[in-house]
Amino acid sequence: MELLTQPIGLSHYLVVSALLFVCGVACMATKRNLLGVLMGIELVLSGANLNFVAFGSPYLQSKSLGMDGQMIALFVIVLAAAEAAVALAIALNYYHTHATVDVDKADELKG
Amino acid sequence: MDTLPLLLGTAWLLPLASFALILLFGSRMGKAGRGAGFVATAAIVAAFVLSATALTVWLSAHPIEAPAGHSSATADSAEHGAAAKENHAADTHASAGETTAAKKIIPPVAGDWYELGAFGTKRITIGYYIDALTIAMFFMVTMVASCIHIYSFGYMHEELSEVTDHQVTLASGQHLHRRGRFHRFYQYLSLFCFSMLGLVIAGNIAMVFVFWELVGICSYFLIGFYIERKSASNAANKAFIVNRVGDFGMIIGLMAVWTGMGTFSFGDYEMKDAQGRETMRPGIFSQARPAGNDFQLQAPDGMVKFAKRDEIAEIVQKSENAADAELQIEKRIDGWRKDGFGYGWLIVAGLGIFCGCVGKSAQFPLHVWLPDAMEGPTPVSALIHAATMVAAGVYLVGRFYPVFTPEVLMVIAYIGCITLFIAATMALVATDIKRVLAFSTVSQLGYMMLALGFGGWLAGIFHLFTHAFFKALLFLCSGSVIHATHTNEMPRMGGLLKKMPYTGITMLIGCLAIAGAGIPWIIGLSGYYSKDFIIAQGLVYQHANPLHGWLFYFSVAGAGMTSFYMFRLWYMTFLGTPRDKHVYDHAHESTPSMLVPLVILAVMSVISGWKVPFTNLELPALLTQAIPSGTEEGAVSNLTKFYIPAEHLSHESGVHFFATGIAFLMALLGFVLATAFYGTKRLDPNDARRTFATLYRIFIHKWYFDEAYQKIFVRPALAISGWIAWLDKNGLDWIADNSARLMGLCARLDDWFDRKFVDRLIDLVAAGTYRLGIRLKALQTGSLRQYVMLLAVGLAALFMIMNFYWNFAMSKM
Repeated sequence: MELLTQPIGLSHYLVVSALLFVCGVACMATKRNLLGVLMGIELVLSGANLNFVAFGSPYLQSKSLGMDGQMIALFVIVLAAAEAAVALAIALNYYHTHATVDVDKADELKG
Repeated sequence: MDTLPLLLGTAWLLPLASFALILLFGSRMGKAGRGAGFVATAAIVAAFVLSATALTVWLSAHPIEAPAGHSSATADSAEHGAAAKENHAADTHASAGETTAAKKIIPPVAGDWYELGAFGTKRITIGYYIDALTIAMFFMVTMVASCIHIYSFGYMHEELSEVTDHQVTLASGQHLHRRGRFHRFYQYLSLFCFSMLGLVIAGNIAMVFVFWELVGICSYFLIGFYIERKSASNAANKAFIVNRVGDFGMIIGLMAVWTGMGTFSFGDYEMKDAQGRETMRPGIFSQARPAGNDFQLQAPDGMVKFAKRDEIAEIVQKSENAADAELQIEKRIDGWRKDGFGYGWLIVAGLGIFCGCVGKSAQFPLHVWLPDAMEGPTPVSALIHAATMVAAGVYLVGRFYPVFTPEVLMVIAYIGCITLFIAATMALVATDIKRVLAFSTVSQLGYMMLALGFGGWLAGIFHLFTHAFFKALLFLCSGSVIHATHTNEMPRMGGLLKKMPYTGITMLIGCLAIAGAGIPWIIGLSGYYSKDFIIAQGLVYQHANPLHGWLFYFSVAGAGMTSFYMFRLWYMTFLGTPRDKHVYDHAHESTPSMLVPLVILAVMSVISGWKVPFTNLELPALLTQAIPSGTEEGAVSNLTKFYIPAEHLSHESGVHFFATGIAFLMALLGFVLATAFYGTKRLDPNDARRTFATLYRIFIHKWYFDEAYQKIFVRPALAISGWIAWLDKNGLDWIADNSARLMGLCARLDDWFDRKFVDRLIDLVAAGTYRLGIRLKALQTGSLRQYVMLLAVGLAALFMIMNFYWNFAMSKM
């Protein structure tokens, strides 16, 4: 419980990002609604982003990754937007064909 | 002079071009390949024109001087300059020569067209060596060949359509029908001319050997032209194999030359030395007869060193450095040469080369192939066995003459003498018209060899030329007769002069020429001159070496026999009453394409010994220009007491007068006897046959040479090959069969193992993989949430494992 007594540092960020990540994964694993799964993905991505930003921040670490961390975070955001667009398109088409957005019904790819 | 290699080179290659054309398109040329004849004839006639041009070029550069007596004061200085450049020592000799013999040395035009390969200081090239002999040979060969090409149009016309060969009976009892081979005949003729011209122009002995073999293979093709006839294919084989025997000796000679002289080149040649400078290196002739030694024969350095190789190795071991050893060897080499070292190798080289000539020129004991070679079409007999192929051997002896030691010349004389005598005796009794001519050829070749062996270079070579003309004429005449009568047997002919006047008259001219007819001491046909040269040389030779005098007597006897058998042939064929009515009725004069060559050759037979009016130009004078330097003075053998007389001795008027008388008397005697037996029938040949029954039997069996060779060589060879064949069938075949069977067994075993073990293993692996795949398929549920769970759990598991083992792994590093 040392973390609670210390000033905000890298470790705190990592804890928060881990929490976000786990929340996202839990959301992906439990939600049956496709949109919910997508939201989980967004959470996972923002958890990862937070990680990058934390490691890249010059305030938290004297020898940080520098601007690379921020740059990768920006890339991830852009990619997430593109991915969301594709995923929503898939969701729409899926709804059109199956009249539902339940991922448990979408098992046509099983081996 | 630079044009000579170009002119003769083109003349040489034209028949090759014609051969290639006919080979590729022969059967499509004109009707049934008739065009092939025109192509080949055009090529050889063009070659003749080029040769004639070359002759004029040569004569304008080296005009024939007035006969001896006047020293050549008019020798132009430019000529001398060229001579000095060609041969460093030539001008020193020339200055010495002007005071003594006034003999001008005419340098040959020698050089290389193409280098096949160089090995250090040694090299092999395609080159040329052109002197008066080369040019005269070109002129003669292309001229005779042109006549024969034209003649063959008439003689071979049957080959233009389907041919029925009455001499070949098939198993079905019918005669053989086959397609005509007109174009193939001309194709071989072209190749043959190319080979012969290449042999003549060759600039080195290796090139001579190559064309030598080409001539051999062409004769094989042409003798075996009617390949379906057993006798023809046998004769072709015989000619080829007998020639191989001689060529084996020639290869030994070549090896001796290569080892001892380090070059094959006849003339001197330029070559870059180690420093890259162009230097003149001596060819075979310059090494055997260096100008520094006044062109006298001596063993070349290489042969002396080879003979003394043990001592040289000792010197090299003892001396400190290479240059010192070189110096010591140089100092001693003349002493060694004086002691006779290396001379033996010179003899080996000479005998080896002569061995090849024995095979090609049908000399005893390899003369047996030539009579059988009459199986070929008659124009071929004329080409191969009169003017070119057999002439090649005599030509090579003439070309290689500077290298022959007196001992080798003695061997040549003896071989020539034996050949001339036994062949003449065979000709006396033969009844096949072509065989008489074949034996006569062998006999005349013996004459040439004998003359060369006597030291009469000019006599031998001159006879080669005159003989080429009249023997080609005789063969073509006999071809004309055979064409008309469809038989070779003289006993079935007779009285043909009325039916075939042109052939009869031209053949009579040929007989007169070969017998050496003429008005003694005034004028005569070509054979009259060349035979006189030989007899005169023999007379001088007999005078110098009484011990070997019988050579001369045999040559004189040969002259008489020549006259006898030639007139016997003519009388039996053309005079008397027809002995076979059927043959006589069907006989007819030949077509103009056959008669024109006869007339040309008849004219040449008459005039080729004459001087061209108002000039000094005559054949012997032209050939005199090519007499090898240093050989004209004669020689003495060091090993035995034995002299080769100088040739100019035979031209002295006393000797010549006597020789002409002897030769004419012998010819007259032969003529009178032949007339008595066959012309006027005053004597009966049958009586003579009965009286000399034993001799007759020997002669008609060709001195039992064929039988002896059959017993000594052919039978044992066949027996040995029979045994080997048996061994092959019963021994080697058994081993081969059984090893094959064993192999099959092994293969089957291997196959079984493959299927049962290797294949099964692979099958098992494949099946296992397949089953695993089926199992793993269940994991792929298609449920996204399950995937996510698996991912998450897997990741967590990975982290946990890493957490456990990380520190452990790091500590090991």
